This record gives sequence, C-alpha cells and structure tokens, in this order.
Amino acid sequence: MTTTGTTLTLGKATREAYGEALLEVGTENKNIIVIDADLAKSTFSWTFGKVFPERFFNIGIQEANMVGIASGLASCGKIPFISSFAAFILCKGFDQLRMGAAYPKLNVKVAGSHGGISIGEDGVSQQSVEDVALACALPGFIVCIPSDEHTMHAAVRAAAEHEGPVYLRLGRPKTYVVHEAGVHFEFGRSIQVRDGHDLTIVANGLLVAQALMAADTLAKKGVEARVIDMHTIKPIDAAALERASHETGAFVVAEEHMHHGGLGSAVAQALVAGTPAPVEYVDLGDRYAESGKPDDLLEKYGMTAKNIVSAAERVLARK
Amino acid sequence: MVAASPTISTAELAHIAQKLRVHVVKMIAAANSGHPGGSLSAVDIITALYFGRVLKHDPKNPTWPDRDRFILSKGHGVPALYAALAEAGYFPVSELMTLRQVNSRMQGHPVQGLTPGIEASTGSLGQGLSVGVGHALAARLDGKTFRTYVLLGDGECQEGQVWEAAMTAGNYELGSLTAIVDSNRYQLDGAVEDINSLTPLDAKFESFGWRVIQVDGHDVGAVRVALHQARESHDVPVCIIAHTVKGKGVTYMENNNDFHGKSPNADQLQVALSQLTD
Ligand SMILES: Cc1ncc(C[n+]2csc(CCOP(=O)(O)OP(=O)(O)O)c2C)c(N)n1
Ligand SMILES: [Mg+2]
Repeated sequence: MTTTGTTLTLGKATREAYGEALLEVGTENKNIIVIDADLAKSTFSWTFGKVFPERFFNIGIQEANMVGIASGLASCGKIPFISSFAAFILCKGFDQLRMGAAYPKLNVKVAGSHGGISIGEDGVSQQSVEDVALACALPGFIVCIPSDEHTMHAAVRAAAEHEGPVYLRLGRPKTYVVHEAGVHFEFGRSIQVRDGHDLTIVANGLLVAQALMAADTLAKKGVEARVIDMHTIKPIDAAALERASHETGAFVVAEEHMHHGGLGSAVAQALVAGTPAPVEYVDLGDRYAESGKPDDLLEKYGMTAKNIVSAAERVLARK
Repeated sequence: MVAASPTISTAELAHIAQKLRVHVVKMIAAANSGHPGGSLSAVDIITALYFGRVLKHDPKNPTWPDRDRFILSKGHGVPALYAALAEAGYFPVSELMTLRQVNSRMQGHPVQGLTPGIEASTGSLGQGLSVGVGHALAARLDGKTFRTYVLLGDGECQEGQVWEAAMTAGNYELGSLTAIVDSNRYQLDGAVEDINSLTPLDAKFESFGWRVIQVDGHDVGAVRVALHQARESHDVPVCIIAHTVKGKGVTYMENNNDFHGKSPNADQLQVALSQLTD
C-alpha cells in the first residue's frame, strides 16, 4: 500500500477511537450521558459504559425511543451521546431527530457506526449509504465523517463542546492514519493533507487514505493532486473549495455514500455558488451494495484509489 | 434434498433439524462471519414449519399466489432458513456455501426478490410483523385462505413497531396470522431480562387480543403440534412463544452469547460437527 511520498499505517477503527474519546470527555464533563440500543460493544460506547454505568443506558433494540429519550435529556441540560449503526439510528430515528433535536435545536449528539459498505458481510440492511443525505436534511445539524482515529478523537471533543446537534459517522474497519495526533480540528474547516496544483481530490472517511494513494500514483504520471480531508459535510468549507477551484481548476470527490445527498452534492453546490470547475465523482452511485468482504465490495462498487485515479484522468480531460 | 412426506415422524423431523444445523455451522464457518446463536435456536421451529407439513408451499413455484407466507423478521437467523429452503428444493444445497460472498444469493440478511423463498427483506429488526399484517389483510381482501407466519427474536420485541403490528393484528382479528417468538433469552449485548425486560411476554400479546401458546422450541414434535393448533385458529392471531436455547446443539455455543455474531474457527467447527449427529 506504500508508494512514493505517502507511507500510511493502519490504525484503529474510528468507532474504537469514538469510545476512547467519549470516555475522556465524559470523565471531564459529568453532563455527558451515553445511550446505546443493543450495539454498545460494536459502537464502542461500552468503553464509556463500563466506567460510568450510572451515566450509561443500554435501552435495547429501540432506536426511535432512544432519540426521544435524548431529546428529553437535552431539554434538561444534559449532553446525550447516542449511538447505534448509522442505518438504524438515522432511518428509524429520523422523525424523532427532526422533532426532538433539529427543530428545537437541542444539544443531541448522534453517532452512527458501521457507516458505508465497508462493514462487509452483513450486507445491505446494516450498510449505511444514505446517512449523510439524511443528516444533512436536518436543519442545524453538523454532519461529520472523520477519516482516522486522531480526527475522530478531536471530533468527539468538538461535538461535546459545540452547543447544538451533531451527527458523527463512525466506521467498522481499521483505518489508515492520515493525520498526526493532536491535529488541529474544527467543524467546517477542512484539512489539506497534500498539496498540488493540477486538480483537487476532496474526500472524507476512509476515502481520504485512498485519495492519498491515488495522488501518489498520479504523481508518477506527472500529475500533482491536492488532497483535502473534508471531514465536515455540513457546514461545508466553501473557502477551501473556492481556493482550490482557483488554484487547481478541477475536482474529484470521493466518499463512501450513495451519489445523492452526500459530500459530492455538497461540494458541487458550493462550487457553483462560487467559481465552478469540472467535478468527477467516486461513490456508490444510485444503488445498494451487497454482502462480501469489505475490500471485495469497495473494489466491486468502485471506491478505491484506482477509481480515484481514473476519475482524476477523466476530470483533467475536461479541464 | 428432503422429500415432502405426508406422514413425517418426530424422529425424522429431528433428523432433518440436525442436518440443517450442520449446514448452518458449515456455512457460517466458511463465510467466517454470521450469527450462529440465533440461527441454531431457530432451527427446530423452521424445521417444523417447512418439513412438518405446516406450510403450504411449492419450492418449484416460490411465488404461487396461494402459498403460505413465512417471514423471518429476525433476519440475522437466515442461515437456518437458507438451509431449510435448500433442503426443501428451492435452490441447490451447494449454493449454501457461498453465504456472504460477493455475487451470492445467500446474502447476510434476507433479500426479497433475490433468493427464491424469501418473502421480505429484513435485518433491520422490528419490521417483519407489520409485513405479516399486510399479507394477512391481503388474504382477507382477496378471499384467500393462505396463512402468514412471522418469526421474531425476543430482543427484537423491544422495537415499538412490533407492538404497533401486534395491536393492529389483534384489533383486525387477523386469524390467519401467527407470530412465533424465538425466546432464547439473549440479544446482542447480553440477556433480554437485564437490558430491557419484556416479561410477561405472554400477557402482553394476550392483552393485544392474541391467543398465546407456549412450547419447548427444541421439541420439534411439540412445535409442530403448536403450529397445527395455530392453523385451526381463525378468529384471532396466535403467538407461539418458543422457549429456546441460543446456540442449541453445539455445547460451547449454548447460552454463550459470544456466539451471537461470531463464526466458529476451524477447530471449533470440527467440535461442532462432532456434536451435531443424531
Ligand atoms: C433495528 C436493528 N437494531 C440493531 C440491530 C443489530 N442486531 C442484530 S441481532 C441483534 C440482537 C437480536 O436479538 P434477538 O432478537 O433476541 O435475536 P436472537 O437472540 O435470536 O439472535 C441486534 C441488536 C439490528 N439488526 N436491527
Ligand atoms: Mg434472543
């Protein structure tokens, strides 16, 4: 996996970092209450739960109820962090998130684990490919997909400190480390992880590492790609996109999500409001995936470094 | 493949159940992922349904409009259902070993329209009983006599939608609907009783207008009798509470929730296979 320029090592899964960070911020702030819906060992909320049983509720398999309870807790000044698989918490809890978090602007923090198709063998019912679209459709929500353990750690802290609703997507597989520990992190402020002037690859989640690998391959062909970790989809970092549009003039957006309503939509929307440039997309398209090993699925459904390289070549031809 | 027989003995049913268990552990071990605990607890129930002359179905014509419906609401138990469908002749037994691989019809959770015999896409818990209400209503509207069976997990019954469906079925007196709860006392993170208890489950269903039958879910003859009793019910829906053991048939999996969602390794598979004899 190592090519010139970038040496990536496999770190923790972002869900594991979520649990550790939750324990850390929960130790400092006694207002933090954690709820899970019978997936506490999978989401790693149990890392907090086993230390603070009095502030931890595993309420069983009832995601909509969990969101409602969080709404009540937040109304009483608590800071609830609620977790389940992304597919369940957003799809089953959507109206409750709308009425009980977004509309009353409550301080509810939503963690959707097992995002994307890289959860693998369990298949479509457990794969979340529309969570970003749903979360972005909740006015006032911050929507964030950290790319590695360090940004996940920082994002949990930022979520605890932010006054208002936040959605964080966590991933199941171990993830390449793309940032330094202690990296500066702010919601809405993207992180440039590689500079280049021929095109910009905008990615989030585990596609950031793939983007760096793609940039290495492109460099061998004489193409210098800028790579931006756009961890926050809402609010999008329009300033960084505007700058990249001027300086590179072409974009590839890569994400582990269906084509509609995700990072690709947010980037395109921002670009046409500023300085438009051609964009190519690397995503799932308008479909569901299936069961299989994570790598087999990412390969079959076209979300690897290789796909980013071809998208880059396509977009350069349009420049 | 197991031939349908008009008079099948309890011993023969038990033999088929063991055969399905062997498929289940082999499939999950080959996939190196899946849910053995809740698949094994459901095997005897599924055996009684498919081989105890309960379900009216035709493996060669899976979409026959007059067939009885079986909806696996606890979708993660699907290896047990795939094994039964294969042995009943819906698709080749050899296909079972492709479980959870790319391009396979043996998806990790049931997929309607992809795999013959699968009536509903499940895997997001809590939804199957509502779908069953829809089938039962359609039967009533069309004057058809097919019956609808829905298998639920006990942890799954924590989902509110289960009780919305139960209320509706009770109020509409859907006598053609039968729910079966695989009451193995565990969910994913631990014991149902500790996490969010449903006790008394029987009184809950009864208060929603259901008739409740309790049965030892591993006495395949008794399960068959209960299912035939439910067939005779035409006035109200019936809930069969099947008392089961998670991981039934493999000693190190029984009541050991580590095997809720973990596959046996190669050595463990050999031990399991040595125990799954008649
Ligand atoms: C809506 C939803 N929430 C969470 C899960 C994750 N999950 C899969 S199996 C399971 C436990 C199910 O327990 P139970 O219904 O008792 O099934 P069994 O014990 O038979 O395996 C959970 C929480 C899911 N599949 N769907
Ligand atoms: Mg159970």
